[in-house]
This record gives sequence, C-alpha cells and structure tokens, in this order.
Amino acid sequence: MRHTLSILVENRTGVLSRVAGLFSRRGYNIESLSVSTTDKKEISRMTIVVEGDQKTIEQVTKQLHKLIEVIKIYNITGEEFVERGLAMFRVIPTPENRAELMQVVDIFRGHILDFSPTSMIVEITGGEKKILAFEEALKPFGIAEVVRTGEIAMVRGGKSKNAKGENND
Amino acid sequence: MTSTGAEVLIRALEQQGVELVFGYPGGTILPVFHSISKSNIKNVLTRNEQAAAHAANGYARVSHKVGVCIATSGPGATNLVTGLANSFLDSIPVVAITGQVKSSLVGTDAFQEVDITGITQPITKHNYLVTDANDIARVVNEAFFIASSGRPGPVLIDLPKDVAMFACSEKFFDQLDLPGYKPNYKGHAIQVKHACEALQKAKHPLIYAGGGIILAGAYQQLQTLAERISAPVVTTLMGLGAFPYEHSLFLGMPGVHGFPAANYGLCSADVILALGVRFDERVTSAVENFAPKAKIIHIDIDPAEISKNVSSHIPIVGDVKTVIEDMLKRLTPVNNQQRLNEIAELKSKNEYLQQRIQSDKLNPRQIVEKMSEILPADTLITTEVGLHQMTVAQYYRHCYPGCFLTSGGLGTMGYGLPAAIGAQMAAPKRKVVCVAGDGSLQMNLPEMATIKAQKLPIKVVLINNSCLGMVRQLEDVSYPGEDLFAIDLEGNPDFCRLAEAYGWQSYRLEKTEDIDKVLIEAFASDQPVLIDCIIDKRDYVYPMVLADDPLDKMLMP
Repeated sequence: MRHTLSILVENRTGVLSRVAGLFSRRGYNIESLSVSTTDKKEISRMTIVVEGDQKTIEQVTKQLHKLIEVIKIYNITGEEFVERGLAMFRVIPTPENRAELMQVVDIFRGHILDFSPTSMIVEITGGEKKILAFEEALKPFGIAEVVRTGEIAMVRGGKSKNAKGENND
Repeated sequence: MTSTGAEVLIRALEQQGVELVFGYPGGTILPVFHSISKSNIKNVLTRNEQAAAHAANGYARVSHKVGVCIATSGPGATNLVTGLANSFLDSIPVVAITGQVKSSLVGTDAFQEVDITGITQPITKHNYLVTDANDIARVVNEAFFIASSGRPGPVLIDLPKDVAMFACSEKFFDQLDLPGYKPNYKGHAIQVKHACEALQKAKHPLIYAGGGIILAGAYQQLQTLAERISAPVVTTLMGLGAFPYEHSLFLGMPGVHGFPAANYGLCSADVILALGVRFDERVTSAVENFAPKAKIIHIDIDPAEISKNVSSHIPIVGDVKTVIEDMLKRLTPVNNQQRLNEIAELKSKNEYLQQRIQSDKLNPRQIVEKMSEILPADTLITTEVGLHQMTVAQYYRHCYPGCFLTSGGLGTMGYGLPAAIGAQMAAPKRKVVCVAGDGSLQMNLPEMATIKAQKLPIKVVLINNSCLGMVRQLEDVSYPGEDLFAIDLEGNPDFCRLAEAYGWQSYRLEKTEDIDKVLIEAFASDQPVLIDCIIDKRDYVYPMVLADDPLDKMLMP
C-alpha cells in the first residue's frame, strides 16, 4: 500500500541525507520525496510517499523517530487529504497535431510554458493519477523530456499538522 | 571572556565530569590535545584509534559515565569506526571527538580528509559537524545528553581545525533544545496492567532479560519480579550477570550456543516477558519458529525494537526499571510447587554443560571454571570474540551485573584487550581479566604496550588453539569432509616471549594438573600477565544451533 508521511524536521544541514540514508540502508523504497521550509525558518517539512505493508510502515516511522532532528511524523494515509505534484513535459508536436495537443492541455487544465517552432513545454499540477493520465495523453505527441516534483499533501478541514502537534484553528 | 574553540571544548568536557579520555593525536586535532595538556583531564594514548574507541566503551560500562575517545581527521577518524559501530550495537554511551581539516578545505579531498559524519551516520545515535566555534559548548552538552539518555549510544563530534582555533565566547548551556528527542521512561499504565494479568494467568511464564537490565540498573527489580511470580529467567550474552548464576530460577543464556535449559524453556513457554532485549538472530535462530506457543510481552526503551524481529502481543515502551517497579505494585506472589519442580527438571538439562568439563586434555572449560572459583566476585571479565567468548558465557559464574564486558551485537574481534584498559582505568582497584583467542588478541595486540605504559595489572588468559576456532567449527559443520580453509594461524609468535618483549610476565599452561597453580600465581601478580593456554584445535563449543533451525534443535555430539 502507498503511504504518505508528512514529517517535520529541524532545518539543518545533513537532515535530508540522514532521512534518505535511513530509507536506503533499511531497504525501504521512497516513491517520492519533497522538502521545503515551513512558515518557521527553523523547521522544514518533508512529504514522503512510501510503498509498504503496515509492518514496514510502522518500522519506517519508528526508525525515523529515532533521528534526533525529526520532530514529528504524521502518517496521513488514512485521513482525507489533498495531494499535489507538479510535472513539466517537453513535447514535440507536428504542425498538424499542435492544435490537438493544445486541446489536451486545456482538458487537463495544464499550461503551456514555452513554445518554439519544434517543441513545447507543458505544465500540470495534480495528484499522482492525474499526472499519469496526462502523461499517457501526451505520449502520442512524442515526449522528449519529463521533470517531476515529489508530491506534497495537506489534510482537509481545519486541523493543522504542525511541529507542536495538531492544532485546531 | 574569549577562548579558543578547543579551550571551550575541554571546559565543556570538564563540566560533564570527564576526567579521562582515550585519544590518539594528529595534525588536525592538535589544538584539542594542546588544550587537554593544560587541563586536569588525563589522556590515555592507545596504539590505534580503534582501541581508543573500545577502551572508551569499556570505561563507560564500568564507570557508568560517558566514555570519550579522540582521534585526528582522515585515517584517525576511520579507525574509530569499528569501535563506534560496536558501541552502537551494544548501546554503550560514548562521545567521539574527531579533528577535521580546516573549514575552507572541507569537501576538497584535502590531506587526511574524510567525511566522517557521513561515514558514521548509520552507526552513531547522532553526529555533528561543528562549523561555528560558538556552537561547541551547546553541541558537547547535547552530545552527552543524547549519548547517555534513552537507549544509550555513541555520538560523534567532528571539529575542523580552524573552528578549534577560533576565538569564541565562553558561554555554557544547561538548557537543552531538542524538540525531536524525548525518550519515554514511564510505561503505559494500561499496558502494564495487561502485562501483569497475562503473567499471573500464565502456566509456563519465562523472563528473557538482556543488556537493557544492566544499562537501566534493574537487576534487583528483575530478581524480585522473578521470585514473586516464580518464573525462570534466561539472560542474553549482554545480560549475563543481570541475574545470579547460582539462582534456582536461572536457566542460563539462550541462543545459538545457549544453555540447553534456556533454549528448551523459550520453546515451551506460554508467556515470555522480554526485558531490554532485541530478539537478536543469535538468540532466536530461525525467527519464524521462535517461541511458537508464547504470548510475548516486550518492554524496551526503544520503540523501534518493539515488533521489529518478533511481533509482541503486549508492547510497553519505557525504562525497564521503572516499568518493572510499576509491575511489582500489581503482581501478587505465585507459589506453585509444581512449577518450581518443572523448572528444576528443565534446569537438569544444563548438566550437559557440566559433563563437558572433565577431560584429561586441557580444555578452555576447565580453565574458565577454575577462574570462576578463584577470582573475586567483582572481577571484571572482558572477552574477545569466538569460541573462548562462548566458553566464558557458558562456564563463568557471572554473579554481578556489569562485570562481563563483551562485544555482543557487532561481534568485534579485538574488543577485549582495549576494553580491559577502559575497565581497569574506571576501576583501578578491581581485578581485570581479558579472556582472548589467539586470533582476536592479535587484532589489537599493540595495546599490550598501552597496558604496560599505564601500569595496569591486567591479566590475559589466552585460549590458544593456533587457529580461528569458531570459523573452523563453522566450516567443519557447514562443509563436512572438505578441507578447512583460511583458518590456520600459521606463523603465530611465541606469545610468552612476545609478552616478555612488552615487559609483561607470562606463563604457559599445557596440562590440566597445572591449572590451579598457574592461575593462582598469575592472578596474584601486580603486573600485567599473559597466560598462554595451549588448546586442541578440535575443541569446539556445544550446544550449537545451525542456521535456520529452531532453538530446541541443538547439536550436541
């Protein structure tokens, strides 16, 4: 099963390598990872999507907790949440199907970021499934390059998942 | 007031109560050694940094303080690695300080530069690369707290030379700001209640206790608990001494080379109370066949150990001493004569071990048994790793907690001799004996010079079979009938003459009838002594559980 972990860590050099190293040496597989600072500059948030059964995820969580710089771990998999990733595709349309490509981008509510006589860069944001569906739709046009971010996620409703715990606003 | 980073470092160590460090100097760590020389801290110069790390481990285990080792950058730092991994796996509080090339050179593959914080990430509880001298006091304070609290372990501080030489403010911290580190000491009350109910209802309860009991100082509580509910006790290699060897409830050490009674006991128990243990594969053997009938109650301070190897039915995260105390408030005495009879019956299976002692040929069991008889009960015993180590585990009558220092998790050949240095420095008045094999002893052999230089009256009982005995046994059993490979220690020196070259006294023991005389004389000496005991190559350790076999399938020829 796919699990989404939202992890608050101290914003210090080396934290990312500690977390990534833990996954690799204990044989856990990271599906996607994204890191950035939060509204507090001393705290960063990592969103990690990891594949594994309940037992594996329990071990991942406990081992992550042992890292001194990991402050809080939320496994939000069981909750209602929104997730977003961003992807950019360099596509090589022909003059004949260029209009069709622009329609596809429109259907997925994507954007065209760059336009040249021989290629286009299109952008999409969305959950894992939407991005994969968009990629499938672009394939007939010829994809020359893909760049994707890891996913980020936030639980729906008024509850925040912060370093100090869950806060009701 | 301003000082250099190195001066602040040394004062921060003094504030932590450090009186002694095990260090080996070099270019980048020189400012730190210069500051040590101006302080009241004593440095013990080992002959290899690995030995400094093991000595710090031995010192920590005996003094109940944090052991400190210091090395220079590059090869000095990498030599510490085995020692740190050893302390990590056995949960021993050690702080390692390494020099680093100056900040402007970090990352350039400079002379004697290695990324030691990167290298030690998986084998330290935490580590630091200090980039600002003003952080030194805070980092030292945190490092000692992290090393010694919760589940103890090693912490490394990497200090670039220029940071050690910077002028910085001498501001000390007693406040800790570690938002992500909050060890849990108190067990969950409802879980404690469940555990007590399960134990009271059990027909064949068994206590499986480990190194956590010794680290938590919970041996009295353990004994009270076992006697209260009339439960037999097995202790792991790391837990030997946590429960009295002579006690009627003691079944011995379980595992691959365990006591028969301990292994049978684990297989037949209906409730197992696991205290400060981690269900290591050396104990469980085939994990899927481990304790098939048992409901498992697991108490450990490290949540990640719960259900890591063996699923537990009643997990309790907390300090094992605090949790046992809470349990004792609930548990009512169980007086069940039938159960005590069953335990006595189970214990009789250990007679197998006794039967293996008698022989006309000199064997290590006779030697270790005699050691037990003549050494004072508070003697500190260290071992290397191999057949001699298992012999000490099986035949030495461990009766005091914390007197047996061995490399449990990592199984480090070369641990025993330097650990003896640390042990003797922590307890100058106690007897310290290192039992070694001829393979292991040679891993950190030059420490004989450190022992001489420090005037430590350490005794080495060398179980000398001129080969790598444990590997020999493994090859013999795994590939029967085939030629033995790469285990013959051809070219071994004459260890008695070698000892004399280091300024030690020495004895050679070849006959059973000389054991008493040689041991008594050697142990009475106030000098370091090596006793070279000549043993047959085919003298193996039994019982033996083969890989992937269940614990009750013991090889006993």
